[in-house]
Amino acid sequence: MKRFFSTALARGLAWQLIGTLVGAGLVTGLRALMGLSITDKFFFTEPAWVLGAFFGVLFFLAGNGSVTDWFKWARGIDTPEHHADHYSGWEKYLNVSLDHKVIGIQYTVTALALISIGGLFALIFRTELAQSQLQFLTVDMKLFGQNGPQLYNTLMSLHGMIMIVSILLGVAGIMNYVVPLMLGAQDMAFPRLNAFSFWIAVPAAVLLLMSLVLGGFGTGWTGYPPLSARAPVGVQMFFLGVISAGWSSILGALNVIATVIRMRAKGMTAFRMPIFVWAAVATSIIALTATQLIGLSFQLVMFQRLFGMGFFDPAKGGNPVLFQHLFWFYSHPAVYVFILPGLGVISELLPVFARKPLFGYRWIAMSSMGIALVGFLVWAHHMFTSGMNEYLRVPFMYSTLLVAIPTGVKFFSWVATIWKGKLTYPTPMLFVLGGIVVFLLGGLTGPPNAAISVDLHLHDTYFIVGHFHDTIFGGFVFPFFAALYYWFPKATGRRMNETLGKIHFWLMTPSFFVLTFGMMQIGLLGMRRRIVDYDPALGFDSTHLVLTIAGYLIGLSVLIFIYNFFNSIKNGEKAEGNVWNSRSPEWQVPSPMPVHNYDQPFEVVGEPYDYGLPGSKYVEFSSPAKSKHK
Amino acid sequence: MRHFVIVGILVIVMAILTYVGLDVAGVATQMHPIQASLQSVSIDWMWNWEIIAIAFLFALIIVPMAYSMIVFRRKKGDTSEGEHFEGNTPLEIVWTVLPLFAVLVLGYMGAYSLGEIRRVDPNAITIKVKAQQFAWTFEYPEYGIVSNELHLPVDQQVVLKMESSDVIHSFWVPEFRVKQDVVPGRVTEYRITPILVGAYKVRCAELCGASHAYMENGVIVDTKADYDAWIAEQQAIAAANQTPEGQGKLLTVKNGCLGCHSIDGTKMTGPTWLGLFGSTVELADGTSVLADEAFISESILDPKAGEVAGFSPTTMPPYTLTEAEIANIIAYIKTLK
Repeated sequence: MKRFFSTALARGLAWQLIGTLVGAGLVTGLRALMGLSITDKFFFTEPAWVLGAFFGVLFFLAGNGSVTDWFKWARGIDTPEHHADHYSGWEKYLNVSLDHKVIGIQYTVTALALISIGGLFALIFRTELAQSQLQFLTVDMKLFGQNGPQLYNTLMSLHGMIMIVSILLGVAGIMNYVVPLMLGAQDMAFPRLNAFSFWIAVPAAVLLLMSLVLGGFGTGWTGYPPLSARAPVGVQMFFLGVISAGWSSILGALNVIATVIRMRAKGMTAFRMPIFVWAAVATSIIALTATQLIGLSFQLVMFQRLFGMGFFDPAKGGNPVLFQHLFWFYSHPAVYVFILPGLGVISELLPVFARKPLFGYRWIAMSSMGIALVGFLVWAHHMFTSGMNEYLRVPFMYSTLLVAIPTGVKFFSWVATIWKGKLTYPTPMLFVLGGIVVFLLGGLTGPPNAAISVDLHLHDTYFIVGHFHDTIFGGFVFPFFAALYYWFPKATGRRMNETLGKIHFWLMTPSFFVLTFGMMQIGLLGMRRRIVDYDPALGFDSTHLVLTIAGYLIGLSVLIFIYNFFNSIKNGEKAEGNVWNSRSPEWQVPSPMPVHNYDQPFEVVGEPYDYGLPGSKYVEFSSPAKSKHK
Repeated sequence: MRHFVIVGILVIVMAILTYVGLDVAGVATQMHPIQASLQSVSIDWMWNWEIIAIAFLFALIIVPMAYSMIVFRRKKGDTSEGEHFEGNTPLEIVWTVLPLFAVLVLGYMGAYSLGEIRRVDPNAITIKVKAQQFAWTFEYPEYGIVSNELHLPVDQQVVLKMESSDVIHSFWVPEFRVKQDVVPGRVTEYRITPILVGAYKVRCAELCGASHAYMENGVIVDTKADYDAWIAEQQAIAAANQTPEGQGKLLTVKNGCLGCHSIDGTKMTGPTWLGLFGSTVELADGTSVLADEAFISESILDPKAGEVAGFSPTTMPPYTLTEAEIANIIAYIKTLK
């Protein structure tokens, strides 16, 4: 216990608490001097909470040591280029490390923790929805200054944003762990920036959760004003949490791009990089250039609340629809940030388990870039009903439909990749194939929303909720699990239990189909999204009950996964060699990966996916390494 | 070659089965809530074509995938690798260009369908719609009628001019299909031609606060005769309601008070008005107060001043009404015993 309290995580959290009190105290003191009110419903006033939350993040980062080296440099003190980790075992992961592998695991485990919290919130409101009328989130219940329906709205909104942050962290986790290994680099280009990017996400998550107890924010994750301008103070914690998490995303993306440009092994030309690296670059370009817009849109609402600047207040000449343009300019490309790495994992793993070259490597690489580019031109398809200029709707319909083309290239190429292969079905492959099918359903249910007239019916219904969950599960969740099962031996030298992995898959997949089919069906019939209760006359009760059961089964399957994950770290079957018989460089050396990655540098001498071409090699180590060449 | 023939046949069979299956499930040729507007016919036509495209594309991917998974799976004891081919540029070009045509066709159809549903009838009736947390109010400027229930004549285009006094709401009658947000600071337009007599509901489709789920009001499509009778009846009621309580009742409708306050004792977002006047009200700060003229008047002008226990913090905005109007509303509340 004492060792836990001396970790960077515990110190950071303690400093965040201190920072919050200092910031809030400062504002409260100033207000007292100015003769303004100094307390409010949640003890401090709103400006006090905002500065407190801001200070909290700064104090966290200063207090846990993730910026210490930069301060030293500023004062002219040198630090060693490569930090040896002072800790071992679990302590390594709760302290500041500059090793991309450790940071990758920190990201991944944090993502799993947030997925669990976001999933728990979903189960809470899913339970309320199992029947029409209010069962336990009633008007009379009170929690954190909210009644039942208000709490429902908060949980529903937090489910959205916590899942989004967890996806961003999961994406960063996989990219951090895998990209330098694939490139043959010793680390990321900027190891300290990398640690900073991870650690700023921790106070961000704390802020998001704080919003729950500070009155919540019943606005949906979209936070549209004027509703968000009227929400309780919790909405400010939500804004600051998102802005902090955005920093993590922007800086992490910068690091990935710099690493890929500068640190590739000898002979690794652009079209000889593993395909996942292409996906990582495409995703990072979006995250680096678009994330600012969601931060900006939330910041403007924050200022509207704090300083009365009426950016979105029509009474002061503001425009509520402007917010939606700013918001979706990030938040649509953001879904490609979520799915492109997942699609990259699918392209990366299919050849390994089909024992065949990736079909149309260059086309797949370019399709990721194509999706990233077109993704910037489609944002207003979220606003067909918003009251924006009518004539804007048609060009956005066409640009949206265009996304189908690069996405189609991926599907066709995947099908051609497994055609005449020699397919085997260990757990990672199951999740890859499941991901393709689920993403196909998500993709195919997209065009109806793009056709404006049909979208006027579908918008803001459960059809959209089902469609969206299909794209995200197929594009991120399934490939994320595939990646964890696949690279787990690389990180630990052990493999996860196959039987539990298969139970996880066969429990989650059918439940998920039932969940999203059911959602889409009642959405067509008139089930609006984001409602705590529905008209019993609509006859949705039995479907909602089935959806709730399906939700619980998915929750159970993820619990099995989490048990398997943590149990296998110590008790998994030993797997130190090239367990999947892959050509990728990271599998040519023993697991777990040494601290500074490759002992000998390697050179790229062939194509990455030439499975089935006798005598071909992708990489060659400069002197015989202790590896198991195939 | 044999593989391609089998897969080709299976794709066609699967596409047909998928479409028929979806149609049987009620989601192809119709989208289930009955078609109650001219616009819904065009939207469902477009939807059906989307489902045909979906069924075909689904089969096109899923069949060769499932076929490979079964036929090309690794047999026991086989350690050889798959067939070595890295790509096929003509094929890639085909599956880039053909979808591009599909996109253009689908886009054209979508634009055509949008044009259909936005077709303007110069004789359309105009009705004003006011949205606020958590109720809809409908005003018929020609007749001087205000109502919480929207009555529309069948086979006659109406255009709703919609305004919001607080946050964004969205006007959606599932049977009409079309949805339009109502945005503070501007007037948005909803054009619809009801074609089926019946009782429906407008359901707010944009999250607007704690009682968003209950922001539903009746929408009645009448025959021409019933519609005229309803108008006449409403005009008569308006004319008869020259008493203070009658005027007060109209004001509560006009201001959407009944979106949060029930008149039959049901607990909604705000306290019920049944038996309110003259009762003792417990406040959120623990004190009690007699619900007299002064208290009710203050609560309308400044709701935060006297927050009622169980309804704190209040989400009610301050209302700027004249003294005479407030007196009429209180006269109406007095009748609710």
